[in-house]
Amino acid sequence: MRQKIAPYLLILPGGLWLLCFLVVPLVFMASVSTQEGDVVNGFVQTFHLANFGNALGEYKTQFLRSAGYGLAGTALTILLAYPVAYWIAFKAGARKSTYLLLVLLPFFVSFVLRTVSWKFLLADDGILLQPLKDVGLLPADFHVLQTTVAVIGGLTYNYLPFMVLPIYVALERVDPRVVEAAQDLYATRRDSFLRIVLPLSLPGVFAGVLMTFVPMTADYVNASILGGPANTMIGNIIQTEYLVNNDYPAGAALSFILMAAMLIGIFAYAKALGTENVLEAAAR
Amino acid sequence: MTTPPRDLAFLRGLTQSRTRSSLTRRDALRLGGLSAAALGLAACGVQGKKVEPPKPSAAAGYWADKKKNGVLRWANWPLYMEKKGNSYPTLEAFTKDTGIQVTYQEAIQDNSTWFGKIQPQLAAGQDIGFDMMVMTNGIHLGRAMALGYLVPLDHSKLPTFNANVGAKYKNPSYDPGNAYTVPWQSGLTGIAYNPKYVDGDITSIQELWNPKYKGKVGMMLDAQEIANFALFALGVDPDKSVQADWEKAGQKLQQQRDAGLVRKYYENDYVDALVRGDIWMCMAWSGDIYQQIAEGQDLKFVVPEEGATIWTDNMCIPKTAQNPVDALAMMDYVYKPEIAAHLAEYITYITPVPAAQEVIKADAAKASGDDKKALELAATSPLIFPSESDMARLRSYKSLTPAEEKAFEGIFQPITQG
Repeated sequence: MRQKIAPYLLILPGGLWLLCFLVVPLVFMASVSTQEGDVVNGFVQTFHLANFGNALGEYKTQFLRSAGYGLAGTALTILLAYPVAYWIAFKAGARKSTYLLLVLLPFFVSFVLRTVSWKFLLADDGILLQPLKDVGLLPADFHVLQTTVAVIGGLTYNYLPFMVLPIYVALERVDPRVVEAAQDLYATRRDSFLRIVLPLSLPGVFAGVLMTFVPMTADYVNASILGGPANTMIGNIIQTEYLVNNDYPAGAALSFILMAAMLIGIFAYAKALGTENVLEAAAR
Repeated sequence: MTTPPRDLAFLRGLTQSRTRSSLTRRDALRLGGLSAAALGLAACGVQGKKVEPPKPSAAAGYWADKKKNGVLRWANWPLYMEKKGNSYPTLEAFTKDTGIQVTYQEAIQDNSTWFGKIQPQLAAGQDIGFDMMVMTNGIHLGRAMALGYLVPLDHSKLPTFNANVGAKYKNPSYDPGNAYTVPWQSGLTGIAYNPKYVDGDITSIQELWNPKYKGKVGMMLDAQEIANFALFALGVDPDKSVQADWEKAGQKLQQQRDAGLVRKYYENDYVDALVRGDIWMCMAWSGDIYQQIAEGQDLKFVVPEEGATIWTDNMCIPKTAQNPVDALAMMDYVYKPEIAAHLAEYITYITPVPAAQEVIKADAAKASGDDKKALELAATSPLIFPSESDMARLRSYKSLTPAEEKAFEGIFQPITQG
C-alpha cells in the first residue's frame, strides 16, 4: 500500500508548484486575453477574440523578427557549442570538469551586467572599434551597437552554456566502443562522426535547442540593451503592454500567440528530426 | 469643506464596501489554499474597477481620526536624497525635530514598474509597505489618482509648503490645488549635446532632425516625452494638442526615424551613450547632464527655443498608508529653505523652493576649494534655478483620459518600438 502512495507523495510538491505557478496563472491569463477595457475603468470578460487578431496584425513584424533572431541565435550557438562540447567530452581527459566550469564561469555574473558589458566593448569609440577606425579599416561612422548583429550576438553569447551542457552530456554518453567498432569496420573518421557520433548526440542538440530557442525568442533584455529602433522583439512589446500601457488583455493575447507559435515550431522540429517523443528526447 | 459625516461614509465606502465582493472572492480563494494563485490573479490587476476618487473635500473626514505614530516609511528614487556615508542628514534632522523615525528606501526605478507593483495591493486595500511615495506627473500618477489610490492632503498641516513653494510649482494642471500631491523635485527635458562633435551652439529642436547628425541622435522611449518634442517642433502647445496634432507629430517622428537619424530610443541609459560618443545629441533630463558637467564632462544642455518639458516628481500618500500623519509632517518639513537647499545641492534637479537659492549662495560663500566651486555652480545654474525666459517656454505632459491614452500610445509606441 505504502509503495503505491509514495510516488504520488513525491510528486506532490512539484505538482502543487506547477499548479499554483503555471496552470492557474495560465488559465487566468487565457481569461484576461479575451477581456476588454482599460486599467482605470476595469476589464470585463466579453470573449473578445479580436484581441488575438489585433495583436497579431499590429505586431507581426516583431513576431517574425523574434523568430528570426531566435533561429539565427540558436544556429550560432549550435555552431559554437558543438565543437566545444565535443572537445570537452572526447579530448579534455581528466580536466573535463575544469573546462565545464570555465564554460559556466561567466554565468556567475548577472545576466544584465554581462549584456551591459557588451556595450562598453562595442561602443563606437570603444576599445574594439576605435583602433580599427584609427587604422582606417572601418569607416568613422561604423557601429555595431543598435544593430541586428549586436542583438543576435548578445543572444548567442547569453545562451551558449544551455547548448554546450546538453550536447556535452549526450556526447559523454557515447560508448567509445561503438566508435572503435566503426573504425574496425574501416569507417573513415569523417564517416564514424557523421554516422555514429552525430546521430547519437542529436538528442542533446535537440534539448539544447529547446533550452535556447524558446527563451531567445521571448527575450527582451538583449534587444533593449543592445538593439536600436529596428530591433524591437516581441518580448519588448509584451513588456510595454503590461508595464507601461497596463493593457493586460493585449499583453496576454500576445503571450499566448507567442506560446502557441513556439509549441507548433518545436513539435514540427521534433517531427522533422524524427524525435517522435519530444519530452523523452529532452529528458535524455 | 462639506459636512464631515457624509465624507466619512464616502471614504469608508471607497476603501471598503465597494470592492467587498471581489475581496471575498479572493479571500475564499486564499482560504482554499490557493493563496499563490490568488497572488497571480491579483498581479494581473483585473479587479482594477474604477472608483470615484475622493473629493479633495473628503480630506477632513480622512484625517479626522488619524494620529501621529512616530514612524514613516518612504519610497523614493535612487540618488534622490542627500547622503553622507551611510546616513541621510536630512532624515536625521527630521527625526531630531519631530521625533519621527524614517525608514527610507530607494524602491522606485520607474513609474510604470512601480505602479505595476503597488496596483494590485492598493486595489485589494492592502498596505504596500510605504506611507509616502514619489511619482512623476504623467500617465501612472494620473491612474493612481483616478483609481482613488491617493489620500487627499490636509493643507492646514502644510503651512511651510504654502509659504515657501514658488507659485509656478503650485497648483499644477495634473493636480489642481495640490489636492493629492506636493512637488518633491522638478526637472527639464531638453537637448544635451557633446560640443566635441557638434559645431556651434544648438538652440533649436529642429537640430534633432538635422541630416548632419544621422545615426547620432538619441531620442527618449517614453511616449509622452517624444510626443512633446515633436509637438514643440511643430509649434503646438502639448497642453492644447488634439489627436490631429498627435498624428502630425507621429509623422514627424516617423520621418526622423526613417531618415536613420535616431540611434536608439533610450530609457535612462542615454547618458552613457552621450558620454561614450555613441550619440552626439539627444533628449536629456537636466539633472543627469548637470551631474555629468559637475564631474567635468564637456557636455551642454539647452532649453530649445521652441519649448521644452518640465516634469515634477511628487510626494503622495497611498490610501493604505499606516502612518499618514507622519508622512504629512515630512511633506511640510522639506520645504524649509535650508532643508530644500541641502537637498538641491545634492540632487541637482530643480527645487520647488526659490528661497533655497540664497541659502546655497550663503553656503558657497562659507565653503572653500572644490566644495565652493560646486556650490557656486549650483547656486547660479539655470538647470537648478531656471531663468524666467526658460520657464516661459516650459510645458507639462498633457493629461490624458483613458481613451486618449490608447490613441496616444497607438500613435507613438509603434515609432519607438517598430
